[in-house]
Amino acid sequence: MAQHVPIVREHDIIHARKLGREMARALGFGSADQTRLATAISELTRNVIHYAGEGECTLEDASDELRLRVVVVVRDHGPGIADVERVLAGGFSTGRGLGAGLSGTQRLVQEFAITTRPGFTEVRIALVRGRTERRAT
Amino acid sequence: MRPAILALKGVLVTALPDELTDHDIAEFQGEMLRAVERRRARGLVVDISALEILDTYLARSICETAEMARLLGTEVVVCGMRPAVALTLVEMGQELVGIETALDLDGGLAAIEELIARRTRALVD
Repeated sequence: MAQHVPIVREHDIIHARKLGREMARALGFGSADQTRLATAISELTRNVIHYAGEGECTLEDASDELRLRVVVVVRDHGPGIADVERVLAGGFSTGRGLGAGLSGTQRLVQEFAITTRPGFTEVRIALVRGRTERRAT
Repeated sequence: MRPAILALKGVLVTALPDELTDHDIAEFQGEMLRAVERRRARGLVVDISALEILDTYLARSICETAEMARLLGTEVVVCGMRPAVALTLVEMGQELVGIETALDLDGGLAAIEELIARRTRALVD
């Protein structure tokens, strides 16, 4: 079942990342993965507030018999990211940390896809672990 | 959200609560710097053990605060980072550049005394 969180004010960043953490925990992800997902959601939803003003975040359990998988989609209708390749390469930022945030997020998750143009940006990420995978953290 | 800033023998000690908004972070940054100036603090210890996540925005704000405090003549130590938080920060390629860190508050207080002593020696030499 998918959960939708409107991202309109700063408190929504906190709300969205808490939901992400809770979903990851409920599914059986370890504490490091819970932190990775919550951090990734924090970065993406903050970009919405800072660069687009508002947007939405959707969290969905897409697990199957073999794998645990949480999919998070963050969408906005802001100006878009002009030089997304360079931003993802890291170390490049137009505001307060868009570069570090996006490139960092990419390193935290197993799936990462971004669609961006003026008027529409969508970042789709997924945290994925095999069900039999045992992680110390 | 107004975290207390305690003064202990010329050293300010504070703890960041979890769930700070960006607005809270900016406000708290100002409060810490004003406290440093008003109390003429030699050191500032910031406990972050309550933080369940530390994203690039907050990491950057902590680095900035430390840099500004040092310009005012105050040493800074950040202590108590949770292991999962440290792991995530490193994976993201974000570090607390140039910030002294300690395992816990005890370690933080010991580290700050050492930094203060070092600065005092440097001034005397």
